[in-house]
Amino acid sequence: MRVADLSSAQLADTLRHQGLSFRIGRFVIHLQTPVLALARTFALLYGQYPLAAPGTFTDFRIRLAPPSHLRRWLRPQIQFLLDEQAPFKPLPLNHGFPLFEWGLNWCCANYLNQFLILHAAVLERTGWGLVLPGAPGSGKSTLCGALLHRGWRLLSDELALVSLQNTTLTPLPRPVSLKNESIEVLRAWAPTAVMGPPAVDTQKGVVVHLQAPASAVARSEETALPAWLVFPRYQPSAELQLQSYPKARAFLRAAENSFNYARLGTSAFRALTHLIDVSDCYELTYGNLALAVDTLSRLSRAAVKDSSA
Amino acid sequence: MSAPACLLLRVLRQPETARALRETDWDLLVRQARRANLLGRLCVLLEECRVLDSVPGSAREHLLADRRLATRHAESVRWEAGRILDTLSPLGIPVILLKGAAYTLAGLPPARGRLFYDIDILVPREHLATTEQALHRSGWMSTHSNRYDQRYFREWMHELPPMQHAYRKTLLDVHHTLTPLTGSLPSHAAALWDTARPLPGRQGLYTLAPADMVLHSAVHLFYNDGEFAQGLRDLTDLSALLHHFSATETGFGAELVHRTQALGFTRPLYYALRYTSKLLGPSAPAPFAGQVPIGRPPRLLTACMDRLFLRALMPAHPTCADWATGTARLLLYIRSHSLRMPPRLLLPHLIRKAMRRRLATAS
Repeated sequence: MRVADLSSAQLADTLRHQGLSFRIGRFVIHLQTPVLALARTFALLYGQYPLAAPGTFTDFRIRLAPPSHLRRWLRPQIQFLLDEQAPFKPLPLNHGFPLFEWGLNWCCANYLNQFLILHAAVLERTGWGLVLPGAPGSGKSTLCGALLHRGWRLLSDELALVSLQNTTLTPLPRPVSLKNESIEVLRAWAPTAVMGPPAVDTQKGVVVHLQAPASAVARSEETALPAWLVFPRYQPSAELQLQSYPKARAFLRAAENSFNYARLGTSAFRALTHLIDVSDCYELTYGNLALAVDTLSRLSRAAVKDSSA
Repeated sequence: MSAPACLLLRVLRQPETARALRETDWDLLVRQARRANLLGRLCVLLEECRVLDSVPGSAREHLLADRRLATRHAESVRWEAGRILDTLSPLGIPVILLKGAAYTLAGLPPARGRLFYDIDILVPREHLATTEQALHRSGWMSTHSNRYDQRYFREWMHELPPMQHAYRKTLLDVHHTLTPLTGSLPSHAAALWDTARPLPGRQGLYTLAPADMVLHSAVHLFYNDGEFAQGLRDLTDLSALLHHFSATETGFGAELVHRTQALGFTRPLYYALRYTSKLLGPSAPAPFAGQVPIGRPPRLLTACMDRLFLRALMPAHPTCADWATGTARLLLYIRSHSLRMPPRLLLPHLIRKAMRRRLATAS
């Protein structure tokens, strides 16, 4: 049974009272919220996700609710609670869905220490994984959103979960977060893609979430082995350049883009070494999205992977 | 919520009972343990009792993840201890490691699965100024820069204001005795140095003698610490130390009694034995059995303390609290401050702290 199998009344009611447990890949999230607008956006963007049976172990128990004081009515706010503790300050009520997504990112980055976690998008094609590490502004999310509508399977738009024992990439496919100009770019790129309502005036500007394709959700327990580590660099009007990136530098840059490298110490060092060893490392500078997508797709079609690169 | 009813306490007392837990129980247990900062310790305990393999996959992942973090923390603490030694040893300043850092470097049971947030050391009072300057040169900066806080720590308490390393961001508390100068318990810094044990292979670094280590843990939990977020964790440390030293140190029980009386810490030890026993199972070493319990308060006071401590020492999780838990913690908070400073200092201090907290949450 999936989220979409519940009627909107049932869903709103369940979220308001006992809360809803649902699966994202191998993880189970429990969500409770009395906020109707949030329930509607959740239904739109998480419709394809399977429900978890009652009594299933949940990885994160999340509640999104107005803080319990005057802010319920005066310039209403919403707060993110993990197991009834608030890690952040409240946000305006209409930023509820982005807060859920950002909060869930925080939970994963802080607590899923069974993985080395990189701040990266992860996609898969022909059985091989593409890891796109990138700080905000690098164009990683836009590129990710574009790739998943051109034959790539989404594993994650924000968090690369790398096994500490081998290089396996574990999926955590969730709505892709798009900001400002990227929103119109992706609307033009994929006119039939489902997007949530915009949240305006957030810290990051206008934020919209793009639905993860049903196929990605359906295959969300299928891991992938990495083949390419590409650092995207978006520069308007830049000429496309795909340059081989020295592995030692790729290691350092990936470590800088990690949430828990320092927290894990030696095991992270070994895992990242292994990841860099098996991946072809590049830096991709681009100004034209279509050319960038085409270049990466050609990479995946290459029959022979040069493992000595 | 009584002690037997709290799932985490039940499993800590009898780890084998974890075999019978359902997934929904594991969900609660992991949350309680995480809130109590005992998830890594729980993992180690389940491993030692060979129960870990029967834990459902997802729950086991969370347990192992925290244990992995604990391994990393232990590495960091050893390294930090080395850096502290490098800074103070050339100046001839001996350093006693306290609490977690001591447990880790001495390989004691409370170190297993432990997550650290700071390091506590003790130096002779006459070297305090030199210590502070040397640490400052090595990159540790004093926090709490306002004059009131500086005075609070230096004049009234038993430590420098907490220091933080400028690059590594590690936190360091430098003590010169175990109890506040303005407090109700006596301070016997010299006696601690007489029996301190050197750490093998690390000249200049020491730990407290076993009896003193237990007493410090008891004093910290029942007298110094006003906030019980780590209360259960500290209690499990006490219990583990008592078990360990009873088994490995000949004459430990007698030495503990002797030392308690010499240092004037009889009441904290009484509470330590009483509450480790009530919440975690019997841990008192055999020599205590049959002896008149030293340091026992009057019956009415014991009854009051039971109502307060048995609540405050529960995991700080909503499922382990009842209607009176918040009040119990507040009363113990005030008590710990009143034990640390005389009434004329106490009330203004508490008001100031309350106002600061309110301003911090409002901003």
